Amino acid sequence: MKLTINGNLETIDHEKITVTELLKLKNVEVPQMVSVELNGEIIDQSEYEKIQIKDSDAIEFLYFMGGGSFGI
Amino acid sequence: MNFSEDQIYRYSRHIILNEVGGEGQKKFLESKILVVGAGGLGSPVLTYLAAAGIGTLGIVDSDVVDLSNLQRQIIHFTPDVDLSKVESAKNKIEQINPDVKVNTYNIRLTSQNIVEIIKDYDFIIDGTDNFPTKFLVNDACVMIGKPYSHAGILRFNGQTFTYTPGNMCYRCIFKEPPPKGVIPTCSEAGILGAVAGVIGTIQAVEALKYILNKGKLLTNKLLTFDALTTQFREIKLKKNENCAVCGKNPSITELHDYEQPVCEIKEQ
Repeated sequence: MKLTINGNLETIDHEKITVTELLKLKNVEVPQMVSVELNGEIIDQSEYEKIQIKDSDAIEFLYFMGGGSFGI
Repeated sequence: MNFSEDQIYRYSRHIILNEVGGEGQKKFLESKILVVGAGGLGSPVLTYLAAAGIGTLGIVDSDVVDLSNLQRQIIHFTPDVDLSKVESAKNKIEQINPDVKVNTYNIRLTSQNIVEIIKDYDFIIDGTDNFPTKFLVNDACVMIGKPYSHAGILRFNGQTFTYTPGNMCYRCIFKEPPPKGVIPTCSEAGILGAVAGVIGTIQAVEALKYILNKGKLLTNKLLTFDALTTQFREIKLKKNENCAVCGKNPSITELHDYEQPVCEIKEQ
């Protein structure tokens, strides 16, 4: 299926995939440091395992950023 | 207030702008902006706001200048090492522009003192480096209806947005500070100094636009910057009606101090 991830159109070799699985597929090592926006809505972390991503969905990974003088 | 001849000349490149003019420059000189953190982000913010003639600048920071700060914290110079950051920044601001009154707060913001400090300012800049203070600044600004600019930087990336009452706040995107256990260790961090300059300068521009009431602010969107590809992206976001602090039925109605992981305390 085709997804727009962080503004880039990408083809994913899956028929269906959960948010948790997509985070893993995209090598997001620490999911707790990311907030996920799916089609314009911020989704709850507790829903990551349940929510199925569909063809032509738009996903944004929003990263926690501090001040750069320590780890993330 | 009337401009002196020196002021007309000093601010002439502002005054000739249609969007600023004498009226806008007067607004700058009568405005009060508080900068939380005189570090990587706060340095360019304070420098440009001082040069612009913001009448009162408040600076909050409880730290002293460290040699390792100088790679990005451009308001501090080598002889300032071991001096308090607020004093160091105040010295430079007074040299840049004697029109600016500087209020220094050599303290750490807490749930107990933040409202008293921010309430008299027109606009707040979050230039802090840690999540507990970022959430505290957000919550306090939402609760008392104070506009502010958020920013975060890491390695070659930065992000910023502007909050004004009624629009998306930090907690609409990030519900809570990340759990301590998942924050990578200090040695994994780092920041290209000039990235702080790019993002901090955008924060200064947002503050000036807010004071002028001109143009469009970075509200309901997150601007991200990737220095390695020189790409800016604007991610459209919206106010979350279920937000714990700015939503319809907020569950957070009192300010809260989150615990600071150890290396954040050392570095701030």
